[in-house]
Amino acid sequence: MRELSLNILDIVTNSIEAEATRVIIAIEERQSQNLLRIRIKDNGRGMDEEFVSKALDPFMTTRTTRSVGMGLSLFRQSAEQSGGDLDIQSQPGVGSLVTATFELDNINRPPLGNMAESLVNLIVGSIDVHFCYLHKTDFGHLCFDSYWLFARMAESESDIYDQVAPAKRLLREKLKEIKSKSF
Amino acid sequence: MKTLADLRAIKEKAKMEMATREQSAKYRISVAMGTCGIAAGARNVMSAILDEMSKRNIQDVHVTQTGCLGYCDQEPMVQVTGPHNNTITYGKVSPELARKIIAEHVQRDKVLADHVFK
Ligand SMILES: Nc1ncnc2c1ncn2[C@@H]1O[C@H](COP(=O)(O)OP(=O)(O)OP(=O)(O)O)[C@@H](O)[C@H]1O
Ligand SMILES: [Mg+2]
Repeated sequence: MRELSLNILDIVTNSIEAEATRVIIAIEERQSQNLLRIRIKDNGRGMDEEFVSKALDPFMTTRTTRSVGMGLSLFRQSAEQSGGDLDIQSQPGVGSLVTATFELDNINRPPLGNMAESLVNLIVGSIDVHFCYLHKTDFGHLCFDSYWLFARMAESESDIYDQVAPAKRLLREKLKEIKSKSF
Repeated sequence: MKTLADLRAIKEKAKMEMATREQSAKYRISVAMGTCGIAAGARNVMSAILDEMSKRNIQDVHVTQTGCLGYCDQEPMVQVTGPHNNTITYGKVSPELARKIIAEHVQRDKVLADHVFK
């Protein structure tokens, strides 16, 4: 994947497929620690210990449509190539937490890319899921809740699709405000 | 400033409206968002579809994302389900083709036969 925001879209799609109703995406960028940490937490069906240990194997999938599952392995590969790693915590019936870390300045680290696109498309494409996006940097933080779109929709008595562009714009602007120069 | 309870109520109301729409929706569109789909550009396809929905002021159509359909070499894939639950699956959908699917298939009931995946 060219952008980590595409991996995030992919990992959150796992959560949606695991019937999560709440998903938290938390990103932390610390120049002081040369660290980028991405966490995706859901309340989906979860995996047992044995499954977790195999989930990173590309031949491990519960898909019936094909025999390989690439999402988690690709994300791990990306993290490991960037001096970081990927960890999965999960409990059946409770949910899962996927944490990927990267060295911020590692030359192999893909750019975060367009988080606004990934997030807003996820919200509109899965309206039954409640999303919360947190992004912290050395310069500030951002918190975006999927209720924002619904509140805007109700206030302006408009369609959800009319909130897509404003939501993306708002997110892009807010992210720019807290971005470090080198990112 | 709205409280969380207000927001919840708003969302429930919005969801109800959308559920009604889903039932009365003439078409349902789903974009495959498995790993292959995303790697092949499904995010931009979704963005293009959402953009057209707003630009064309389309309200009786429900857009969702689904997982992988199992035909990785045909990604990005878009499915359009009609009023009688008949589903047309498009393969190798670019953002431009996605816009055309909205204009032709969804708005004028004209299936783009050249792009249908069998
Ligand atoms: N958040 C999650 N909750 C529950 N199970 C999960 C979660 N994430 C992954 N899994 C399980 O791990 C398997 C492997 O996931 P992975 O993303 O690597 O591949 P996939 O989703 O099966 O296919 P692909 O990502 O290539 O479209 C999934 O099939 C699913 O059973
Ligand atoms: Mg996956």
